[in-house]
Amino acid sequence: MATEFRIPELGENIKSGDLVKILVKVGDSIEVDQPVIELETDKATVEVPSPVSGVIQQINVKEGERVNVGQLVLTVNGAGETAKPAEKASAEQGPGKDASFAKKETAKQEAAGSEDTRPLEAKQGEAPRMTSIQAQAHPVAAGATETSPARPSRAPVEPEADSETEGGVPVPAAPSVRRMARELGVDVRQVHGSGPGGRISAEDVALFAKSIITGVSGRLGMASPPLPDFSRWGAVERHKMSNIRRSTAEHLSRAWNSIPHVTQHDETDVTHLKELRKQFGSLAEACGGKLTVTSVALKVVASALRVFPQFAASVDPAANEVVYKKYCHIGVAVDTDRGLLVPVVRDVDRKNILQLSSELSKLAAKARDKKLALEEMEGGVFTITNLGGIGGTAFTPIVNLPEVAILGMSRASIKPSYRDGKFEPRLMLPLSLSYDHRLIDGADAARFLRWVAEALEQPFLLPLQG
Amino acid sequence: MVQFAVAAVSDRRKLLKNEIRRSETAATAAKMHHYPKDRRSEAKSRNMSETSNSTELVVIGAGPGGYAAAFLGADLGMKVTLIGTDKNPGGVCLYCGCIPSKALLHVAKLLHETKQAADWGIRFAEPKIELDKLRGWKQSVVNKLTGGLGTLSKQRSVRYVQGKAAFLDSQTLNLQRSEGGEEKLAFGHAIIATGSRPAKVPGLSLESSRILDSTSGLDLPDIPKTLLVIGGGYIGLELGTVYASLGTKVTVVEMTGGLLPGADRDLVLPLSKRLEKIFDSILLNTKVTAMTEEAKGIRIKLEGEGAKNPEMVFEKVLVSVGRKPNSDIPGLDKTGIRVNAKGFIQVNPQRQTDDSKIYAIGDVAGEPMLAHKATHEGRTAVEAIAGHKVAFEPRAIPAVVFTDPEIAWCGLTETQAQAENRKVAIARFPWAASGRAATLDRNDGVTKLVIDPATERILGVGIAGPGAGELIAEGVLAVEMAALATDLALTIHPHPTLSETVMNAAEIFFGTATDFYRPKKV
Repeated sequence: MATEFRIPELGENIKSGDLVKILVKVGDSIEVDQPVIELETDKATVEVPSPVSGVIQQINVKEGERVNVGQLVLTVNGAGETAKPAEKASAEQGPGKDASFAKKETAKQEAAGSEDTRPLEAKQGEAPRMTSIQAQAHPVAAGATETSPARPSRAPVEPEADSETEGGVPVPAAPSVRRMARELGVDVRQVHGSGPGGRISAEDVALFAKSIITGVSGRLGMASPPLPDFSRWGAVERHKMSNIRRSTAEHLSRAWNSIPHVTQHDETDVTHLKELRKQFGSLAEACGGKLTVTSVALKVVASALRVFPQFAASVDPAANEVVYKKYCHIGVAVDTDRGLLVPVVRDVDRKNILQLSSELSKLAAKARDKKLALEEMEGGVFTITNLGGIGGTAFTPIVNLPEVAILGMSRASIKPSYRDGKFEPRLMLPLSLSYDHRLIDGADAARFLRWVAEALEQPFLLPLQG
Repeated sequence: MVQFAVAAVSDRRKLLKNEIRRSETAATAAKMHHYPKDRRSEAKSRNMSETSNSTELVVIGAGPGGYAAAFLGADLGMKVTLIGTDKNPGGVCLYCGCIPSKALLHVAKLLHETKQAADWGIRFAEPKIELDKLRGWKQSVVNKLTGGLGTLSKQRSVRYVQGKAAFLDSQTLNLQRSEGGEEKLAFGHAIIATGSRPAKVPGLSLESSRILDSTSGLDLPDIPKTLLVIGGGYIGLELGTVYASLGTKVTVVEMTGGLLPGADRDLVLPLSKRLEKIFDSILLNTKVTAMTEEAKGIRIKLEGEGAKNPEMVFEKVLVSVGRKPNSDIPGLDKTGIRVNAKGFIQVNPQRQTDDSKIYAIGDVAGEPMLAHKATHEGRTAVEAIAGHKVAFEPRAIPAVVFTDPEIAWCGLTETQAQAENRKVAIARFPWAASGRAATLDRNDGVTKLVIDPATERILGVGIAGPGAGELIAEGVLAVEMAALATDLALTIHPHPTLSETVMNAAEIFFGTATDFYRPKKV
């Protein structure tokens, strides 16, 4: 039986990616979960594992090609063993239920009217295990079935007239705007409204339509005046921006444009901490990690966030609300050869420093090896960026929207410190805290950074106060 | 990005410009597909006495939905045939509905005000009612408007046929012309706009000139001494008001616990209070179980809360228990059209039936059965036929009851929000605080906004008071444009007018209305 493998759901708002590398060739025998292609999306480069096993019959994509979610990648001949959830789903859904796209799924559900097709997510059990994202198998044989993406697909759905409501409230768009959307083939329900009360303007619809066409999420991109002709002054070379670079540029522009930034600087004495790191470094290595200042800072910040919860909050200006998070996932900026990536360490508050060290080492390695899953870069409440390994005395990091604060660390250096009537050489670490002044007052920021500085100075304060 | 938007707009303009050319192409295509020569000659040879014609668009029914569709079709360059039952287009709305009833209600209002004027120091003698002249004036209004529609049809080269249509198949109609003669009419597209007719009380059929429906009631055959109105909906209350103002003692029987079922109670309250004075009695939770004709009138048997006298005799009885869609069109079974259990033709958002070349609009295509809804649907259907991507997707269809006071609402009602368990904020501005209402000696009105508390967006508007039907238009616009309460509060409204009450209600929402003091909650 021939089994198809199509590009799976790649995450929210991601419909396509550049196929960087094909890791297999026709005739190869592949296993379930074996990486078969490398995709670069707006957010990251990911290896997509196969949800099926067997011998590759045909490869339907080329390196360098832009591929869309749902596109056929390859067909496998052989046992046709698919990932577990696929079998489970097929057993429960019965034959002939094609549920690969929301559109088809809705149609089928209406047609069948059966309730057991509805809770697909619940039925699917655990999501397929893989390096990056969910994948799905598409067996070709008639009557065979397939899994459905755990996350609802964003495949374009034919706009239905009488259902343009969100939670019972009709979509806030004027009749002229709704008509324009219809003419452009845009489902007005999917358009983000930039006006008061989320009202959707004609421009919002046009931007949305453009973003569909170009695949750019538009709006706060890099609208800038036309560039001069640089070749007037010397030779130039043009390179295409990578997806990660473009996405970083958009994200940071958006953050810079929407957040009133202030950066608070401070210094902490890490002389004692350095001794402790030396003393316990081997312990961390035994656990597969490295006892770095960053891993200690993770723990310190997690404790600080408990004392100052507004530093882990988000601002919802549309609703005039502040969102406080009851979880503590912290992002750590990692410098890779493809650009800046921010893996997120989960539940920092519930892990000890040794666990954090080893997890951080693994995440950083994954980021550099392009193995980071999208999920591993989502859900942070705060970000730490440490440039100390490179140098510098201070900098002003940009807050990682929708977070409200980011802690920057520079290079520690020996400085004379005046204590008990004399100067002493102490190892001083510069700290820079950028924060969203909409939510955080200067005094609170100073207090927060002082708290972090003191905890790094005297790690015993953590169990004492944290 | 801006450039893109501009491009989109200019594209749309181009689309409109190309309209005529496009529909010409459509016409050519239609001819090729639907009227092959051999079929036409075949038809001729079968029955030489019949004429055979073709049209790009045929509209069956010439009410506000039908003629609007026909006129837009013509404006977009289509060859259009419009079929109606009367001499000119107009339908129920113009001949025996909205228009004549509003003419009579205008008279009723005047009669009432002459009485009320006594409070203001002006005393009129008892009015002398010349029924023939009144009827004549009402008819002149109808004739003027329907005649105007006839002229508009000619100006647009819409072929208006007075007669009856029956489907022969999915692309041919048989027309029975009122002037005599039949014809076959092949069509590219058809729009069914056959409207509705008064419903009868099940199990209470009685053929008598004493039994009126909305149509015969508007004919004003005479002014009865007593009138029983069966059904406390808008038709019964409007006509009841007319008859009461002319001197008839009116009794209303309503099956449910309140007048105007479905409307918000706080809007109905000022009306019920006033109607209690104008009408002889209003019997709620009461049912008519039998009607028999006697020499002096119709004997009625009642059951329920209001049946204190279980038997009563009325000179006339007006049956106003709703309307039924006219979907029993001959030959409908020869098409792919489906009719649902309530008798409405099934349509999609473009108002297309299950037979792809046939559309249905207005009362026959579903609730609410309102002229302005039919007009909008008619235009939508024609645009869809012309190849535009459109859909019937109103956020608010206004409803107006032309009683005194008028009641009007649009969008989400409070009743509906409660039924759906939706959280809404209500802002009410009582007209007792309106200067304009005071000058009219009418402080019984109320203007209210139904607001989404999360976004402060206007989801619905309800108004009770004189002129509510005119005032509601602003509410419809607010709902359609997704206006926020702030938008209404910050829009300057002219003083002194009743329209200010809309702005005032928005101010009430924010607790800062100039003309109304609400003590702060502590």
